[in-house]
Amino acid sequence: MARIALDHVDKTYPNGYVAARDLSLEIADGELLVLVGPSGSGKSTVLRMMAGLEQVTAGAIRIGERDVTELPPQQRDIAMVFQNYALYPHMTVRENLGFGLMMRKQPRDVINRRVDAVAASLGLDALLDRKPAQLSGGQRQRVALGRAIAREPLAFLFDEPLSNLDAQLRVETRVELARLHRKLGATMVYVTHDQSEALTLGDRIAILKEGVLQQVATPMELYEHPGNKFVAGFIGSPSMNFFDGALTRTGAGGMCTFRGADLTIRVPCEPATSERVFLGVRPQHLEVVGETAVGEGSLSAEVGVVEPMGNEQIVYLTVPSGGRVVAVAPVQPRIVPGEKVSVRVRPEGLHIFDAQTGKRIGK
Amino acid sequence: MKLRPQNLVFGGALVVLMMFTLFPFYWAIVASLTPEAALFRDPSLWPTHIIFDHYRALFDERDFITPIRNSLIVAGTTTFFCLIVGTLAAYALARLEFRGKAAIMAFILAVTMFPQISIVSPLYLLLRALHLIDTYPGLIMPYMTFAMPLTVWVLTGSIRQIPKDLEEAAHVDGASRRQSFTKILLPLAVPSLATTGILTFIYCWNEFLFALSFTLGPERQTVPVAIALFRGQYQVPWGQILAAAVVATAPVAVMVLVFQRRIVQGLTAGAVKG
Repeated sequence: MARIALDHVDKTYPNGYVAARDLSLEIADGELLVLVGPSGSGKSTVLRMMAGLEQVTAGAIRIGERDVTELPPQQRDIAMVFQNYALYPHMTVRENLGFGLMMRKQPRDVINRRVDAVAASLGLDALLDRKPAQLSGGQRQRVALGRAIAREPLAFLFDEPLSNLDAQLRVETRVELARLHRKLGATMVYVTHDQSEALTLGDRIAILKEGVLQQVATPMELYEHPGNKFVAGFIGSPSMNFFDGALTRTGAGGMCTFRGADLTIRVPCEPATSERVFLGVRPQHLEVVGETAVGEGSLSAEVGVVEPMGNEQIVYLTVPSGGRVVAVAPVQPRIVPGEKVSVRVRPEGLHIFDAQTGKRIGK
Repeated sequence: MKLRPQNLVFGGALVVLMMFTLFPFYWAIVASLTPEAALFRDPSLWPTHIIFDHYRALFDERDFITPIRNSLIVAGTTTFFCLIVGTLAAYALARLEFRGKAAIMAFILAVTMFPQISIVSPLYLLLRALHLIDTYPGLIMPYMTFAMPLTVWVLTGSIRQIPKDLEEAAHVDGASRRQSFTKILLPLAVPSLATTGILTFIYCWNEFLFALSFTLGPERQTVPVAIALFRGQYQVPWGQILAAAVVATAPVAVMVLVFQRRIVQGLTAGAVKG
């Protein structure tokens, strides 16, 4: 196993598209790092550069202590699981699993032993003589995993490996992957556009936007202290609500007042507070309280759509200025579309971002 | 299939169509088994008294083995080299990035646009200068030129359809470019290789103009030329000509049937989308 380090990596395609800009990132030995971002953020390209399937325009990549920047994929000793699995259709499951070992000129009995062990651990024993076309989606997924494991590579790269599975299988495989990571103690880099996958799987998460690294942190850190407005909006479901407004210092108690079109609330002040800001509040920190007088720290709204989720309901509200706000409410009391309500903002769940730079202000 | 009126109509239509397309072959076989005299006096749709004289004459009186051997050598060699060169060219055109790719594709296709008859004379002079008239290479090389565009175009198309992920997965698994070509791409391209191989072989097997122009005597003549030269000054031995046609068609038909099976197998086992 080995650590992976990207050192000021740039990637510009010949057509001028920039997939990575001055990207520095280090994945510790045995760590599972999730690379997440919306489509077009360059996350897959970053993974492919680690694999050697794409050349870097500038910068360096190290795997273990070796500089692999100029090495072709076959000399990097990493394994990759592709989004569409990329199983070799003309080979049996056994041949698929053993291909990497065969390419490394392992003796036949070593290959067989290793393939049998991997097949047993993934429940593929009965399928060894089948061709990929005869397998279900979940089985193909496991063969793809097995092919990566069989070789005992320095590191594993996953390119959205779950996106072709149905919802239930996806959750199961996610758990399976987490277990696998713990068992192997392997360095893994996992690319996904699904923030919930990122939160549940990652030791750490790296968020990319347009080829620029936004933040690298543990899931809880990202959720509780998003470094900028993009991260705040991307992580968490439903997405964070943003109110734009102005901050003014009130009194000497280190408190400020946020004034927006629909909401006025007292927030802790920071020395470097800017005037124009976004106030971010997660839907979980909004409380729908029925129609009462609206004062500081609350706003009035009209209920648009209600999505009952079983254990909670997601409420889509329209505020007087025309903006949309999402709140998560307990199942009881029932909230009815068209109802006029007040929404209270819980003071513990406030995030403030600079209106210009989007950077987080405060802790 | 239940016996419904529309099925009867469909079945009837199929029978009519089959009779229409198969009749020439049927007639060739019947005629090749009928005595020459009967063929002109009272031709019958059914073979009345079957004789094998024509076939016997083909191999006893005439030397029909030589043209068959020539055709097999020329068509086989052309197909072999065509597939090798064509596959390599198609791989480059489908997978590598280089400038002027579209121009090269167009240029390759342009070769087929010349009417054969218009280049027979210059080609004859060229081959004579190279001392290749009446030799196997003298036929194989022009055939390759004319068969190559089809090979390259069909194979380029089919290689493009093989997901690139498969080769990338092979690279990551430790395969070199050559290994990913021979172990992954080539096996998956077998169905299209078989198709283009058959088409090339048939083209060479049936080609007449070049074969007639670039050979001098029976030593190097191919089947179509040999059959055409059956005609004597005073008579046309139809029975023998048709017997020869049957003999010449048989290997091609057998080959197509054999490979067709391979094509279907390849397609079902291949099921590329992972």
